[in-house]
Amino acid sequence: MIFSSINNNFVKLTITNMNKIVEAHFLAPNVKLFQIDAPKIAQKRRAGQFVMLRVNETGERIPLTIADSNTNDGTITIIVQGVGKTTKMLNLLNSGDYVHDLVGPLGKPSHIENYGTSVVIGGGVGTAIAYPIAKALKEEGNYVISIIGGRTKELVILEDEMKQFSDEVYPTTDDGSYGFHGFVTNKLRELIENGKKIDFVLAIGPIPMMSAVAEVTRPYNIKTVVSLNSIMVDGTGMCGGCRAIVGGKTVFVCVDGPEFDAHQVDFKVLDQRNRAYVSQEQKSLHNFECYLEQMYKRRKSEMEKELIK
Amino acid sequence: MRSYPPAEKLPMKERVKIPRHQIPSQNPNIRKGNFNEVNLGYTIELAQAEAQRCIMCANPPCVKGCPVNVKIPQFIDKVIEGNIAEAARIIKQDNALPAVCGRVCPQEEQCEIVCVLEKKFKPVAIGHLERFVADWERNNIGIQPPTINEKRNKRVAIIGGGPAGLSCAGDLIQMGYDVTVFEALHEIGGVLVYGIPEFRLPKEIVKAEVDALAKAGVVFEKNFVVGYTQTLDELLNEYDAAFIGTGAGLPYFMNIPGEELIGVYSANEFLTRVNLMRAYDFDHNDTPIIEIKNKVVAVIGGGNTALDAVRTSLRLGATRAMIIYRRSEAEMPARIEEIAHAKEEGVEFHFLSSPIEYIGNEQGWLKSTIIQKMELGEPDASGRRKPVPIPGATEEIPIDVAVIAVGNGSNPIISKTTPDLRTNKWGNILVDEETMATSKKGVFAGGDIVTGGATVILAMGAGRKAAKAIDEYLKNTDNF
Repeated sequence: MIFSSINNNFVKLTITNMNKIVEAHFLAPNVKLFQIDAPKIAQKRRAGQFVMLRVNETGERIPLTIADSNTNDGTITIIVQGVGKTTKMLNLLNSGDYVHDLVGPLGKPSHIENYGTSVVIGGGVGTAIAYPIAKALKEEGNYVISIIGGRTKELVILEDEMKQFSDEVYPTTDDGSYGFHGFVTNKLRELIENGKKIDFVLAIGPIPMMSAVAEVTRPYNIKTVVSLNSIMVDGTGMCGGCRAIVGGKTVFVCVDGPEFDAHQVDFKVLDQRNRAYVSQEQKSLHNFECYLEQMYKRRKSEMEKELIK
Repeated sequence: MRSYPPAEKLPMKERVKIPRHQIPSQNPNIRKGNFNEVNLGYTIELAQAEAQRCIMCANPPCVKGCPVNVKIPQFIDKVIEGNIAEAARIIKQDNALPAVCGRVCPQEEQCEIVCVLEKKFKPVAIGHLERFVADWERNNIGIQPPTINEKRNKRVAIIGGGPAGLSCAGDLIQMGYDVTVFEALHEIGGVLVYGIPEFRLPKEIVKAEVDALAKAGVVFEKNFVVGYTQTLDELLNEYDAAFIGTGAGLPYFMNIPGEELIGVYSANEFLTRVNLMRAYDFDHNDTPIIEIKNKVVAVIGGGNTALDAVRTSLRLGATRAMIIYRRSEAEMPARIEEIAHAKEEGVEFHFLSSPIEYIGNEQGWLKSTIIQKMELGEPDASGRRKPVPIPGATEEIPIDVAVIAVGNGSNPIISKTTPDLRTNKWGNILVDEETMATSKKGVFAGGDIVTGGATVILAMGAGRKAAKAIDEYLKNTDNF
C-alpha cells in the first residue's frame, strides 16, 4: 500500500490514453502480472513475440515477452520479475497507472507445428514466456508435457494456467519444497531415461538452465529451442546490441529471434554480454532503493505526526 | 517588418573584399568536456556582415546546388535588410527544417562549393546564415506555422519520423492533406535524435521543429512499428497514399573475430544509448553505457557518424579517442568542419588502417585490436583510391571500447512484411527517380531506405520530391 503511494511521486507519468494498466497482481514474491491496454498489439501478437517498454520518461527500454492477450478487451499480459531498477519500478505500478511507452509486437513468432510429444520447460519467470508457446503447441495438437521450476515453492508460477494446456505438468523445486525435488533438467532427464519418446523441447529460463537443457537433449538429438534474453535498445534491428552467436554466425536476437536452436547457441557469449552493465545496474538499483527507503521513512514520519494530532 | 536596421548594400567590388566570417564556437579544451553545442552561432552584426558578402548572382548556382533549392540570395538579401522574419519565411518555402540543415548539411559539397566566390575567395557562409535565421525566428517570434491550403480530404501515412518523413509531412500538410507520421521509437526525429549528438544538433531544436509541424496539424504516432504493429497494407485501408522514409537502420559489422566482445559497439547502439537514451547523464537516466572515463576508444570509419562517435567518447571522458580509417584523410566522407573540430579537440587519426581482429580477456571484455596497415591502390567504383593491405604490416593497439561506424544496410522490416514492394539486392526500396513512386500503387519512398546511408538534406530533398508526386497522384485519383 505504501509502495503504491510512493510510486506516484517517483514515477512521473505523462498520461496519455494509451498503455493503461487495467489489472496488476503479484503471482509470486517479486513476480507481478500486468494486463495493459494495447488493442493493436493484442490484435497482432502471436506466441513468442515481445514488447519494448519504458516505465517513465527517463527510463530504460526493456524487452518483455507477451504472455497472453485478449482481443475482446484489447489487452496484453506481461509478467515481470523485479530484478533491476526498471523491473522493480514497473512492479510498483498498479491498475489505473500507465506505462510511458509500449511498442510491439516485436520479434519472430514461435514456430508452431505438431511435433508429437513436446516438452515445455519454464524456469522461474521463464514460465511466463513458455506459457503462450505451450498453449499454441497444445492447440496445434501436440501432447504437451510441462516442467515448471523454481528455487522454492512460491517461485513456481502459472501452474494452473499450464495445466489447462498441458497433458502432464511437473512442478520442480531446487529445495524440494514442492513437486519434484531437483532442477528442471533432472526431471527432463528422468522422462527421457524412462523411455518417454520426446520429439521437441522448448526451454525458457535463466541462461545456465537453458544451456543445461541443451546438453541434456543433445546426445538424444531432440530438437530443442530456447528463447534468448539479450540486452536490447530499440528492438527493431537498428542497434545490434542484442547480437548473439548461433551456429558460429552473428544474429540479432530482436529481429532474427528471440527463439533459436539450443544446440547452436553460444551460451557463454550470451552470458558474458548480458553482464556488460552489471556495475551500472547495481549502482542504479542501489540509488533507487535508497530513494524508496527515504520516501518510506518520510511517509512514515508524516503518518506518525498525523496520528499524534 | 524589420527587426534590425538595414546594413549598407555595398557595391559588388566592395563585397568580395570582405573576408568570410568565422562562426563563434566554444573553446576546444572546454567543449570536449561538455555536451553543449560546439558552434554558438552568428550575432546579428556578424550575420549582416557575412550577408553583405553575397554578390546576388542573377542566376545563382547555390540554389541549384541545394538539394531542396532554397532561394539563397533572396533570404540573404533580407538578412542585409534586417528583416529576419521574412528571411525565415523565404527559407521555409523550400526547407521544413532550416535550423537542422544549417547545422548538419555538408554545405561545402552543395551550395557553398558552387558559390561564385569559391574560386577566388571563400564562399559565402550560407549554412551559418541559414542557421542564424532559423535560430532567430525560433528564439524571437517562435517558429511560424506554414500557410495551409484548402483541405483536400485525403489522408497520407508517413512511415518514419526522420528527415525524409518530416520534410514530406511538412509539404503535404501545407498542401492541405491529413498527415500522420508513424515512428517506431518513442521520440520523433529519427537520426536527428538517436544519431546526431547534442553538441552538434541540440535535441531542443529538433523538438521545436517537430512541435511546429504538430501545430500545423501533422499527427504523430510514436511507438508504432509499421510491419509489426500494423502492416503497410493494413495502413493503406485507412490512408490514400503512403511515404516510406525508414532510413538505413541495420548496422554493418565487419565480420572479423571478436566483434561479440563487450566493449564493441555499432555506432548506432553507441550513439542511441548516449543521445536518445541520454546515457551520458546516468544519474538522471536509466540507460547505461560502458564506463568510458579514462578509457581508450577507437572508432572505425571516416564518416560523420564516426566523428560523432569519437567526439562523444571524448566528452564521456576518454583519455584517448581515435579514428581508425582504411583510406587517407583526403577520402574521408565526413564534413570538413567536423574533421577540423575533432582535430581541435584532440582526436587521434590513424589513416590507412583497418582492424582485422578484436582481442578480449577471459570475461569477454575488449582489450585490444589488431590493425592491418593499408596503402592506396587503383581508384574503385566510388572513384576514390582503393585501400590495399600491406602484407605483414600489422599492429596491436590496446583499446577498451571499439565503435564500428562503417555504414548501415536497410532495415528489412517493411519490405519483409510487404510482399509486393520491390527492393534491390541490398534491400533498398526501388523507386522511380523522378516521382519516388515504388512498385506498389500509392506508395512512395525516399531517403536512406532508397539510397543507402547518405545525408540529412538528401533525405529531405527526397521527401519533398515525394510530397509533390503524392500530390499529383492524389489529384489524379480524385477523378475516379
